[in-house]
Amino acid sequence: MADTVIKVEGLSKQYRLGLDVPAGTLGEALASFVKSPLRPRRSASPDGDTLWALRAISFDVARGQTVGVIGRNGAGKSTLLKILSQITVPTEGRAEMRGRVGSLLEIGTGFHPELTGRENTYLYGAILGMDRASIRTRFDEIVAFAELERFIDTPVKKYSSGMYMRLAFAVAAHLDAQILLVDEVLAVGDSAFQRKCIGKMDDVARGGRTVLFVSHNMSAVSQLCSRCIVLGKGEVLYDGDARSAVSVYNQSVVGAAPSVERCASRSGSGGIRITRLWMTDEQGAETLFARSGGAVTIHLTAQADARFADGAAVAVAFALDAQDGRRLFTCISLWSGVELRTRGSELSARCELTDLPLLPDTYLLSASIIHHRECLDNLVHCGSLEVRSSEGDVLVRDEAIDYGLVSIPHTFAQEG
Amino acid sequence: MTDHPEPLTIIEPRMRRLIAYLSALWQYRGLLYFLTKRDVQVRYRQTLLGAAWAVIQPVFSMVIFSIFFGRLAGIKSDGIPYPIFVFAGLLPWTYFANAISASGGSLVASSRLVTKVYFPRLVIPTSAALGGLVDLAVAMIIYAALMTYYRFVPGPALLLFPVLVALTVACASGVGLWLSALNVRYRDVRYVTPFLVQAWLFLSPVIYPVSLVKPPYQWLLALNPMSGIIDAFRASLLGQSAVHWSTLGISTVVIALIFVTGLLYFRKTECVFADLV
Repeated sequence: MADTVIKVEGLSKQYRLGLDVPAGTLGEALASFVKSPLRPRRSASPDGDTLWALRAISFDVARGQTVGVIGRNGAGKSTLLKILSQITVPTEGRAEMRGRVGSLLEIGTGFHPELTGRENTYLYGAILGMDRASIRTRFDEIVAFAELERFIDTPVKKYSSGMYMRLAFAVAAHLDAQILLVDEVLAVGDSAFQRKCIGKMDDVARGGRTVLFVSHNMSAVSQLCSRCIVLGKGEVLYDGDARSAVSVYNQSVVGAAPSVERCASRSGSGGIRITRLWMTDEQGAETLFARSGGAVTIHLTAQADARFADGAAVAVAFALDAQDGRRLFTCISLWSGVELRTRGSELSARCELTDLPLLPDTYLLSASIIHHRECLDNLVHCGSLEVRSSEGDVLVRDEAIDYGLVSIPHTFAQEG
Repeated sequence: MTDHPEPLTIIEPRMRRLIAYLSALWQYRGLLYFLTKRDVQVRYRQTLLGAAWAVIQPVFSMVIFSIFFGRLAGIKSDGIPYPIFVFAGLLPWTYFANAISASGGSLVASSRLVTKVYFPRLVIPTSAALGGLVDLAVAMIIYAALMTYYRFVPGPALLLFPVLVALTVACASGVGLWLSALNVRYRDVRYVTPFLVQAWLFLSPVIYPVSLVKPPYQWLLALNPMSGIIDAFRASLLGQSAVHWSTLGISTVVIALIFVTGLLYFRKTECVFADLV
């Protein structure tokens, strides 16, 4: 039965940029009122200073479906979720949802550090829209799920960040909603707890609830969702089965040069921003390919603000992921004992990867800059590296067989 | 769960109807309770004196005002000992001043909540305004002790007291709604509020009696809703003078006006909070 519970029709969201930034001061508002008292205050400006974060998005979701929403940074996925969560209002269009809606855009917002785990459980439950009775009946279950029985009467400011996130997720996971809107909340805690979270999400999805799941964690998306919507520049690029969606998503990186603008997501506190990222082969020529067992060098340049200019020491990290989002490899300059310093306001660094133990496939590149324990800039999936078979290999590949992830240098010989 | 019909959420690019708006607040009354409780629980945590601050603040003001205005300036207090006269005014005033400051800054202070979770935003300034009621209750106990000391017995007008408290809360919430919504757009509010509170104190009959103002101008004073409230607070608690019904009436109308316009302005700007805060 086509029982539609989420119906989105022509949803658009326009953000205003530039001159008329609304969060001005009272003086500016008064001045503009004095200059032209009859002009409507919030008139749409004709051009230039607006940005359409979403453009006429339409889709339906049937009851019990788990739908992934993926897209690069700035594709509009967070805006979509914010509109559906009623945090912000669309500029045009309409959406309808049947059933109690629970939205988890970020878990743990609203926790107060001075309050105990118990007090925060009730408070956070109420923030998420649970009534007191239902929190009370689930309380033990929540605490058990978070594995925090011993610490539940301790102020959460004494919790480790892992404990904090575990409690927050536990409360959120016990939300009694028929429609769940979820944004990247799985990226919390250690990997054992992450598995538990994904397991819980899976239970939720199987329990007949409808889930809209925004993420760039491809392995979680392909594991949880049967259907997937790919957003790009505020429009629906693809809507269909999750497997094809993942490849549509990856296509925007694959084969193109690494790019700071087109990364899947960008975060970090600023201070230094990566300006360019590229790869070179053994001869020093710019490339997008490498040979299995061969070498490739990753380069980056970054621009530092005054705080980090002139010799500040930072660490640079690169990582390679498989196309399903599984992390394969991370290297941090600090681990190699190399100290990288800014020169003027510039930072240039490179990292040579040798004897690449990767099977022929396409891999996604991520990069970040770290200062002590603070992440200054973090680009997730900002480029791809295509690994080709080394010369002379006789490559017999069957799409249906999983050959694993790595290529360990090896030699066969007949014995006896 | 399928016993009752499923709620239907409609998202459109315009404001919600006022009825739907207020019923959402009712739906989230549990959150209002927990946020108010959080404000109260957290307020004096990790302070040396803890909840004693709820006592110290008004008592200190009373002592200072008694010395400077009662003794030195010799302000008349309608034949009532100045300390209990001024304290009766300070009860609603201290609550009001703290509530509008807390409420005015509340939305900006909760910016993470506003951008990450949906619930009726009205809950935020309202809970900030309600939190001060606990302090008012504590101050009332002190006041009762003071009354016993001065051997004052409140008259039948004491029955009006709950109504007056409700009016004070409505007044503080109304002003709080205006300030908190304006503050999201214009951060000037943060700097304006202390001046506003200070000026408002002198425009209200906290340290002086209404009788100090010449009768032809008393209605002008009544336009300040706090003056009607403070005057009636005194009449209710001290039982020495009759309640000035006309003054209280004017103040009630002004409070209703502030509250309703505050609510409408808040609703109008609410939809852009998340984009601006």
